Parts: sequence; C-alpha cells; structure tokens
Amino acid sequence: MALNKWQATVPDCKPQSFKLAINRVITSSTARIVKRFVIIRNAKPTMTSPAIHISDLRKIYVVAEREAGVMAALQSLVHRRAEEVHAVDGISFDLAPGEIVGFLGPNGAGKTTTLKMLSGLLHPTAGKVTVLGHVPWKREKAFLRQITLVMGQRNQLVWDIPALDSFELNRAIYRIPVADYRHTLDELTELLELEPLLRKPVRNLSLGERMKCEIAAALLHRPSVVFLDEPTIGLDVTMQRRIRAFIAEYNRRLGATVLLTSHYMADVEALCRRVVVIHHGRLLFDGDLSNLVQKFTAHKTIVVQLEDPQADLRSYGEVVSYADGHYTLQVPRAETAHITERLLADLPVIDLLVEDSPIEEVIERVFAQEGS
Amino acid sequence: MKGLAELYVQQFKTTFASMVQYRASLAIWMIGHVLEPLVYLIVWSTVANTGGGSVGDYTTGEFAGYFILLMLVNHVSYTWIMYEFEYRIREGFLSFALLKPVHPIHSDIADNLSSKLITFPFMLLVAAGLALIFHPSISPPLWAIVASIPALLLAFLVRFLLEWTLAQAAFWTTRVSAINQTYFVLMLFLSGQIAPLTLFPSPIQTVAALLPFRWTIGFPVELLLGRLSPVEALTGLGAQAVWLVVSFVLVRIVWRAGVRIYSAVGA
Repeated sequence: MALNKWQATVPDCKPQSFKLAINRVITSSTARIVKRFVIIRNAKPTMTSPAIHISDLRKIYVVAEREAGVMAALQSLVHRRAEEVHAVDGISFDLAPGEIVGFLGPNGAGKTTTLKMLSGLLHPTAGKVTVLGHVPWKREKAFLRQITLVMGQRNQLVWDIPALDSFELNRAIYRIPVADYRHTLDELTELLELEPLLRKPVRNLSLGERMKCEIAAALLHRPSVVFLDEPTIGLDVTMQRRIRAFIAEYNRRLGATVLLTSHYMADVEALCRRVVVIHHGRLLFDGDLSNLVQKFTAHKTIVVQLEDPQADLRSYGEVVSYADGHYTLQVPRAETAHITERLLADLPVIDLLVEDSPIEEVIERVFAQEGS
Repeated sequence: MKGLAELYVQQFKTTFASMVQYRASLAIWMIGHVLEPLVYLIVWSTVANTGGGSVGDYTTGEFAGYFILLMLVNHVSYTWIMYEFEYRIREGFLSFALLKPVHPIHSDIADNLSSKLITFPFMLLVAAGLALIFHPSISPPLWAIVASIPALLLAFLVRFLLEWTLAQAAFWTTRVSAINQTYFVLMLFLSGQIAPLTLFPSPIQTVAALLPFRWTIGFPVELLLGRLSPVEALTGLGAQAVWLVVSFVLVRIVWRAGVRIYSAVGA
C-alpha cells in the first residue's frame, strides 16, 4: 500500500477502492484542529477508467396534451393525444475520477433528467451509462452506497426532528460503522459549521441552514460520486460561497467525482474547470470554461474612462453603454490590443480596462445561438 | 440481519422523536381510534338490550368484549401507508428512498411498529377503562391466548403487505383516494369491523372467508373472545399463512412494476 498524503488530485484508480483514514494535525497558521485525510490505495489500482461514462444517452417522455377548455377536456376523454418530449437527446461525455464538472443549461435543458438517470432514479430510453462500473438504474446496493444526489429543491431530512436524528437514521441505512460516522460527522460539522443547527428541529432552520444539513446528510456515507442539482438555489451570497468552498474541500479531501448543475455562474467559475453545456437535450459544449468563453465570444469588452462626456468612440468599436464618464466598448477579440493602443494614443484616457464578457452573457449567447 | 436490526432501532428513535413533537395531534388521533369501535359497541349493546339481551348468538357482554378487543386488534394491524404514498411520490420523498441501499418497506414497517409500541400502552389503558364501564364477557381458553400471538403477528403482516401493495396504486394514478375508499368500505363490512361476521347472512360469510379482510381483524378478535374451536383457529392461521404468501408475492411484483413506471415517466 502506498500512502498519498493530504491531497487527492485526479486519482488513477477507481475511487471505490479507496479506504480512508483520518488523523488530526494542528495547522501552524490558525492553530485550528483540522482533520486530514490520508488516502490509502488498495494494492491493485484499476487503470484510468472513467468514474462516469455516458454514451448516446436518451430520454423520451410521453406526455398527454390537450387544449384548454371544456370541449377539449371532453375530447380528451375519447381520444388522448400524446406528445413525445425528447428531454435528453443523445448526449455523451465522460468524467474522470476526482473531476468536478459543471453541467449547464437553461431550465428544461435536460440537466435534472440526466442526473436522475445517472443516479438510478430514471430508466433511459436509450444509450449507455456506467457510474463506477455500475449500471445506475439496476440500483445495486454496492452502487447506491457510493453515490449521492443532492437536490436543492427537495428535502430528505425529517421535518419535525433535529437533523442529528435524521443523520443517525442514515447511519443505520448505510450501515456506517460508528467510529467512521463520528469522524465524518465531526468533519462535516466543522466544515459546514453545523454545530448550532444539529439539535434544532429541521422545520426551525432557515433555508440556508437546512441546505447545509441536507448536504451533510447526503455525504455521511462518504460517496465517491456526488451529483449536485442546484445545491445553492435560493441561498444568499455568503451561504452560496460557503457551500461552494465546502464542495471544493470535499472533492479535494476524498477525491470524489462531482457533477454539479447550477444557475449561478459564480458556482461554476469557482468550482469547475470543465463545463458541459446542454440545451434542448443536446450537448452544445464540453471543455474548459475558458474555452467556452473563447469559443462563444468573438468580442472583448473595453471600458474607457474619459473626461469628455460627448466623445465619439464609434470608430473604435461598438459603444454598448455610457455612464459617469465610463464608455463600454465591444471590440473583436483579435483586434483588442490594436484598439487599446489607438485609444490610449488618441484620447486623454483616465482609465482603461479590458475584460472578457461576463460568463452569464456568454452562456446566454450560447443558448441564443442554438435557439435561432 | 444485524444491519436491519439497527435500522429498526434507529427508526424507532426517529418515530418516537417525531411523535412526541405533536402530542396534541397524537391524542386526537388516538381518540379517533377509540371512538369508532365505541360507537359500534354502544349501537350493538342497545340493539341487544332491546332484543332481550342478545342479537344472534352475541350477548350484550360479548358485544362489549368483541368491540373492545377489536379496538386493540385493529390497533395492532392498522396502517396509514395508503394515505402517504401519493404524497411521497408527489413531493419527491420516494426518490430519496430509492437512492438508499435498503428496500423502503423496512423503514415503513419499522415506523409502523414503533409508533404502535409507543401508543399501545395507552390503548390498553383505554380498553381497561371501557371494560369497567361495559362489563365485557371475554373468556378465551389458554390455548387461544397462545394462538393469538401468531394470529396477531400474521394479521399485522398480511394487512401491512396488502395495504403497502395497494398504496402503490399511486404509481399509476393520481386518484388514489377512490381506490382507498373502495378498500375501506370492503374492509368495514368484510373484516368484522362494523359487526361480528357471524351475524351476517351466510353468503357474505363465505365471501369474507375467501377474502383477506377477515383474517386481519375479525379472526384474532373472535379467537381472543374465546368463540373459536381449535379447528377453526387452525383454519384461520392457515388462511392467514396463505394470505401472507399471496401478499408477499403481490408486494414484490407490484413494487417492481411500480418502480419501473416511476423511473419511466419521471421520478
């Protein structure tokens, strides 16, 4: 057995073959007790097979439809019209063990449907999926023990009792040895700052507090594959940031594979180097976040600050907005340097800033292109 | 097995913690459980008194005994799963259950047993109180008391599995209340809940013997009342065993089909 201390980067063997041990050290800077994970790898690592493999995955829902109104209602008694909805329409991608990938798309793009197929809740219409070598919808116990699905809009905790009681129930359900459970719980309590929340009935917690407890409940069994469906939805910015930091830390400590959907680009930017974008059930983009920006934005934004409120900058680029002496220009990416030079040479520039379009805009543009 | 035992213990704690949160609603729920047999008891006692002290082969005291025991037996075999399943599907709780590496029926059985363990002492107290007021005549021989242990266990299991199966109608339709209503009407008449089955015309008694309802309520009551012969008791236990097998097979088939539907149309 080889010891690989502290950090699990992209591991070269399947995460389920990890055994985890914990020891405590005091970090010199903060003198705070931090639990470290030491990852002990099993003797025979299986070579880099993907943690998640998806190939030509499809899901077609058959939905009954009818027009509004009484006549239509009566008609539907005799003859029901059914419509096929291609929720997921042939997507393929792989996730390496230990990877965090952002899964993006507008509402109804098929993100949740895909996550449900990956976690075994939905049976696909066609296509192949393996997660840690298992076919998810067989729902084998060995598979279920290694995964988790957190749904930001659903709760698993029992409403009327303290979260700690629900945690104990999960301990029994997952058959987590008591010592392991204690360690994990201590650690989650520290990372998510759960201490003051654990003994209050869940119904008395705020949305953010409840979400932290939900996430803890979903991770007590130390799953090596984590599906997060909008884990920060409805939370304030501070809470979003805390949960984001936690997800990064969990991934780092356990080498867990994480697939995350979110409507908050800040989540994605903070956590995911790679993003997979889907729209209308089809794959639009799969690659580095930075490439997404390059691929879908032919422009950069230049913000110029001038004394003159009536300057005509149209010869430099498209003037998108003006406020308080700040002109915002959109220029072709390739000409950015050249135009910047000209601006500085020609005009009494007070300040100048070159930036990529915000990621929200990029994503919006991606979906708009696809829609047209 | 050890893992399951731990799950049951933990579920007991969870159920207990949830129940004590709502003492008022718990009390109301228990009053409801007492009231229904009490109404039948009073009605039948009155009818018996006006009819010269008995109706059919039941005396006033036996009616009292019948309905007091019925209250206890019904408490043992009662489930509330049929009210819950649709809600679970609609609110997504079933998805969480399906993500767990254990069959969800275990949590339900454990929850059911736990809440009964907690409420049963109160029901016994109520039964004792009613006995003081209504002077029931209950005279089971010793063997009948012994036989009532497997009879009660089987009654619980059969009713639990059947109602768990029926609850899964929610996979196919959103109108489960119609199905529940039909079931409860059948249950009311054919289980012996509204009146002892021996007071019904014989065709109905035959139907009742062929269906499961009687074996989940009426049979253990009559056994404990001391009205059954050893042969009748054995026949009853046999019928319960048959229904246990049937309901076990049903629950497996329907669950599998239900989950297939659920995972096809959208969990």
